[in-house]
Amino acid sequence: MATLGRRLFSICRKTWKKGASLRRLPQQNAVQLLCRNASAWTFVPDLPPEALGETTKMNLFQSLTDAMDIALSTDETAVIFGEDVAFGGVFRCTVGLADKYGKDRVFNTPLCEQGIVGFGIGMASVGATAIAEIQFADYIFPAFDQIINEAAKFRYRCGNIFDVGGLTVRAPWGAVGHGALYHSQSPEAFFSHIPGIKVVIPRSPIQAKGLLLSCIRDKNPCIFFEPKVLYRAAVEQVPVGDYMIPLEEAEILVEGSDVTLLAWGTQIHVMLEVAQLAQEKLGVSCEVIDLRTIVPWDEETVCKSVKKTGRLLVAHEAPITGGFAGEVTATVQAECFLHLEAPIQRVCGYDTPFPHIFEPFYLPDKWRCLEAIKKMINY
Amino acid sequence: MHALSCWRSLGTCARTQATSALRRLSIIRPACQAGGDDRPCPVYVSCCVAEPVQHNCYKTKMASLRPTTYRRILKLLRNFNRNPTPSSFHRSLSLSHNVCQEFPEVGEDKPLFPGASSTYTEQLRFLGRDVYEPIPVYRVMNKMGKIIEPSQDPGLDQAVVEKMYKNMTTLNAMDKIMYESQRQGRISFYMTAYGEEGTHVGSAAALDDRDIIYGQYREGGVLLWRGFPMEKMMNQCYGNKDDTGKGRQMPVHYGSKEHGFMAISSPLATQMPHAAGAAFALKRAGLDICTVCYFGDGAASEGDAHAALNFAATLDAPCIFFCRNNGYAISTPTSEQYRGDGIACRGPAYGITSIRVDGNDVFAVYNATKAARQIAVTESKPVLIEAMTYRIGHHSTSDDSSAYRSVDEVKYWDREGHPIGRLYNYMLSKNWWDVDRDKAWLAEVKKEIMQNFQAAEKLKKPSPRYMLTDVFDKSSKRLTRQAEEVKRHVEQYKEHYPIDKFEDL
Repeated sequence: MATLGRRLFSICRKTWKKGASLRRLPQQNAVQLLCRNASAWTFVPDLPPEALGETTKMNLFQSLTDAMDIALSTDETAVIFGEDVAFGGVFRCTVGLADKYGKDRVFNTPLCEQGIVGFGIGMASVGATAIAEIQFADYIFPAFDQIINEAAKFRYRCGNIFDVGGLTVRAPWGAVGHGALYHSQSPEAFFSHIPGIKVVIPRSPIQAKGLLLSCIRDKNPCIFFEPKVLYRAAVEQVPVGDYMIPLEEAEILVEGSDVTLLAWGTQIHVMLEVAQLAQEKLGVSCEVIDLRTIVPWDEETVCKSVKKTGRLLVAHEAPITGGFAGEVTATVQAECFLHLEAPIQRVCGYDTPFPHIFEPFYLPDKWRCLEAIKKMINY
Repeated sequence: MHALSCWRSLGTCARTQATSALRRLSIIRPACQAGGDDRPCPVYVSCCVAEPVQHNCYKTKMASLRPTTYRRILKLLRNFNRNPTPSSFHRSLSLSHNVCQEFPEVGEDKPLFPGASSTYTEQLRFLGRDVYEPIPVYRVMNKMGKIIEPSQDPGLDQAVVEKMYKNMTTLNAMDKIMYESQRQGRISFYMTAYGEEGTHVGSAAALDDRDIIYGQYREGGVLLWRGFPMEKMMNQCYGNKDDTGKGRQMPVHYGSKEHGFMAISSPLATQMPHAAGAAFALKRAGLDICTVCYFGDGAASEGDAHAALNFAATLDAPCIFFCRNNGYAISTPTSEQYRGDGIACRGPAYGITSIRVDGNDVFAVYNATKAARQIAVTESKPVLIEAMTYRIGHHSTSDDSSAYRSVDEVKYWDREGHPIGRLYNYMLSKNWWDVDRDKAWLAEVKKEIMQNFQAAEKLKKPSPRYMLTDVFDKSSKRLTRQAEEVKRHVEQYKEHYPIDKFEDL
């Protein structure tokens, strides 16, 4: 794993220098996650760029708390609200913030998602920074109207005299092992069809902190999905300072020459294992890309990679029909038609609701992905 | 339970408790419940002046905010051309605190359920509409424009009343011309405000010009009161190059930063939680202003209305919810909209101070809004006003209301209950107005409207490139490519597109 390559972070605020490199830790530091037969995978921590200075060990929920702590301390208009956030949140993401910043800055709302997002839009409409939490991404749909018809269109419809750029909606996202229908969903594709909002999904604590701070400070309404299976399980050395990771930029985690593997969130860790398996079992060199921002997505990085490798595998937990892989596939075949050596493969959830006991068979695990690579290589 | 059962005793409460000159103005508010109050159970009392805030867990002053916030808030208000009043104003920031429950002495038998503060009863009694009388409609003058109870006369001077009248008649005249122009196919859509002019002007006049408005779509009079130029309204309806909205929204979807009027959007009631959120932000900034949210009786059925009222109450948002109950939501009469006592009765159920007024009585609307604003700003609490009125015009230019209601009904309100007629009578009785002045004024305003209308019609539409801007603060790469694509395509196929009506690409 140490040879998995060097990756570039292009930014940032105060300390994150352009071109700072990341190294992967040796595999013995990896954390084995989810012992669920075929869908088991391993979290391998990143090493933060030295330029970011001091670090401390954090899991994903702690790095999110840290990001929000920084956001509240650097912007007095910023507030955090949602269901049960005041005592620390059901996933512990806001622990201690109410005590530190006061109950008018970190507070519970009534149990009503459309109200939470609508309230946040109102705060942002007069220039405040609103960080709203939806308890599970599965429950964001009551706020769909507020997000689609209001937040996303606020700036456009008035000719840019008003905007709600200060709004960020956070929501726990993705499979968790036993979440069944309403604690497992990955609804990013629904939101990818809405011009005017940004959708961002991190893969690790370092990424989560930098990307969340970017979302909070971005001048557009953002939806930030947090892979909840990583909240406690993913642990790495996270820089304690204030840094941001740019939105709309994919990241090449592993360089390769035969196949491009594209994913985001938890699935990235599956892809990293797939890359290793493909190398060991098939002698195939894979390039692994973390998309990070779903919309507006980084077409350039993906297309450039596919032009090099000639093959693309996109994998996500959400159902395949209408999933975001479809958008990526269509774009890549239009942009890279002459470079493609095999049909683009999509390995995704099936077109069913997310099941309880069948989760190991449902997820796009490493074996399903490996099979897709075999198909492409032998095409 | 008490919220409902106490309406009956309202009259007595009002007589005994209210002392100010506005005492007949029966704003219904939930009595203070938490700690220290010696009343045995929550009773809704009626009064109209702000009581001192009794239970604040958390207070702040403008001065205690960090300089960065202060700067940001100042910037925010500059955006609205509003001057903040930092001075010594402070505002309660109480919210979401746990009320400590007091456990009684041994032997005392009283319900300790955390969900409600109440007493036990051994009577099996359900509560329905029959346990309380409908909330009365507050009025100041009768149909003939005569002040019924002198103590309720707001005592506005001639200039203000004249401005009210002129605003209402201007809106009315503009509606007529714009409605006709839609009929002739010159604009695509229009919505008149016939019969509801009094609710706009009466409320707008009672507000501070710095208060921020979240409207539904039938609130053009509020903008006129605040000095929004007629020219800009026309530009918006035509979507021409001078429209600040860049021609993107349907007609009557006005918005103006300098007039503190958030851009209208079509989805109903979505603005309601916005108003609550914005009010909360303004409260945090320590500003002595509130937000005002207009909505119709139909919109009040949306889930967002429920969300907004509940959020505003639990988070103590200084927001005035102003419902225009005009009897119809397109074709749906209120009997198919709700079965309770209109909208106002819902307020106390959320713990919101509420009142019902005669929406065709501009002074009643003015008094109620003025008192509501006082409560919102000094106590950081929401207030609900239900203005009873009648939608005299069709719902919109896409609707023929004779398909679902009688002509006689419409005629009654047009002749007997019109807010403009009522104010006209009042002005006549004061000798502030006469038939000749009225004729001259109407001719003058009509001329002005026609001039603006023709000017707006002549202007070109904005450049099609504005179709692809402002989606985000900065254009994404994909949007930039799409903008280039539009340009290339339209130039190549220009004979198939109406490019002569638009500014250059």
